[in-house]
Amino acid sequence: MADVLIEARGLRKVHAPRGAAAPTEAVAGIDFRVTAGEAFGFLGPNGAGKSTTMRMVAAVSPPSSGRLEILGMDPATHGPQIRARLGSVPQDDTLDTELTVRENLLVYGRYFGLPRAVIRERAARLLEFARLADKADEQVEALSGGMRRRLTIARSLVNDPEILLLDEPTTGLDPQARHLLWERLFRLKQQGVTLLLTTHYMDEAEQLCDRIVVMDHGRIVAEGSPRGLIEAHCTREVLELRFPPDRQQQAAEKIADTAKGVDARVEVLPDRLLVYADDGEDALTAVHRTGVEPLTALVRRAGLEDVFLTLTGRTLVD
Amino acid sequence: MPVALWRSPAVAGPAALVERNLVIYRHTWYLLLAEVFEPVLYLVSMGLGIGALVGHVPGLGDPSVGYVDFVAPALLATAAMNGAMNETTFNIYGKLRMLRTYDSILATPLTVRDVALGEVAWALLRGTAVTVVFGAAVAAFGLVHSLWALLILPGALLVAFAFAAAGLAVVTYIRSWQDFQLVQLVMLPMFLFATTFYPLGVYPRPVQIGVECLPLYQSIELIRQPSLGVVDAGVGWAALYLLLLGCASLALALRRLERMLLP
Repeated sequence: MADVLIEARGLRKVHAPRGAAAPTEAVAGIDFRVTAGEAFGFLGPNGAGKSTTMRMVAAVSPPSSGRLEILGMDPATHGPQIRARLGSVPQDDTLDTELTVRENLLVYGRYFGLPRAVIRERAARLLEFARLADKADEQVEALSGGMRRRLTIARSLVNDPEILLLDEPTTGLDPQARHLLWERLFRLKQQGVTLLLTTHYMDEAEQLCDRIVVMDHGRIVAEGSPRGLIEAHCTREVLELRFPPDRQQQAAEKIADTAKGVDARVEVLPDRLLVYADDGEDALTAVHRTGVEPLTALVRRAGLEDVFLTLTGRTLVD
Repeated sequence: MPVALWRSPAVAGPAALVERNLVIYRHTWYLLLAEVFEPVLYLVSMGLGIGALVGHVPGLGDPSVGYVDFVAPALLATAAMNGAMNETTFNIYGKLRMLRTYDSILATPLTVRDVALGEVAWALLRGTAVTVVFGAAVAAFGLVHSLWALLILPGALLVAFAFAAAGLAVVTYIRSWQDFQLVQLVMLPMFLFATTFYPLGVYPRPVQIGVECLPLYQSIELIRQPSLGVVDAGVGWAALYLLLLGCASLALALRRLERMLLP
């Protein structure tokens, strides 16, 4: 059995605001374990407690209760020792804007107590890895969003971490920048770095993660591999139907009646209907037989978005 | 042994932060000159200008003490104070609230304690640098009188420490740039009335007691006495006062920063 690098039992975080406001439970008692070499994802909408969990694992936010062990140590007593072996990519880029691109790596390495010669050598290598070698002496402000993200990742690797924590690594990036980033993260995984990431993009979770937990309102509502989750909670295919807004309600009722007969399930979203069926084409034929005329009809494979919708009745990105 | 001490985590952590600030300062070293410029202006306008009218300072006993000799050490203490406190108030506020510099630093083995000590050490260095440059200017005016003047530098270090730590405590209470007006509301009157430009004797006794409680008054005593070559027990009390102020402020700042930065 592979080494367990992170283990959480009944992990809770309660934020107590100033004044009379009631405390809020951001993470409401979760259990999970991450083993060496794994790519482990937290999937959920904004406010699900993903980032709070990440901050606790990064040993920068003390848990309110429960047990948390990272690399066999307790973050409450061994914070610096744990952080020495982690790489952390927070949600907002926290690059040092008073420093140049290269200085960001050089100075960051010193926080880990690494010798200057070692950092210089690594910085050169990491700038190549992040495809920023030609920007080395520019100010951070001159970088695009994608470049900043890559620099933040490069910076998090300066101490050769065993675990890399990525909080929403590609949020706000254009498609090209996202794919480049995924490719770099995939390389790290192949080098044996354990990845822990949060995302509200199902394609990202499917691309990068071996195992996922779905979070909602501070709790874990499902756990498994991306494929396994889809198989367990969804049909194989999904039929997406769009109608003019004034006709959607009526169409939904008709289709729901038919669906009962063919063992399919219908979700009504504000802008479209989703029909969950093992054979999407069959479902479409059945829809046509009811005499309903959708504007567009699309059959696709079910994804994690559908898992989330099934589990919580809500969409991930709204 | 010194090498081992330097490598120990208790020192290496704060040292890494000082190193960061040094890297930035390589680009902005000229700001130091701007900070020295201000006290030099005061020295020239007040010391030489008003000094020509005043001659020597009444009530000090020694008639050979000129007005400029009297004002220079107070300006030196003020320079050490401002150099250190500007760093831990304005600059740290920016890093704390705007740039969020510490968020990424605390993801490394560095702790809040390392950050606080590092920033105070850095402010101390800056305060000292301002003092040394200004001190050289004062010496160039021929205002150094006795061997007691050797106490000026350690004195200035202590002043810088006390105000760096106090600034770090103050900055944890500041919610917006507007709040700095309140800081100015304390700092400017203190600069004007803490015996910078005239001796304590001009005040009636009840006011004197109030002035004696001001940290800048104690700082000026700490520097002015050795500078004029007339040293009494007041220097010891001033040193003790500033040391306690610095340590208490640092403890308060640490507690509050811990809660701010590691929610």
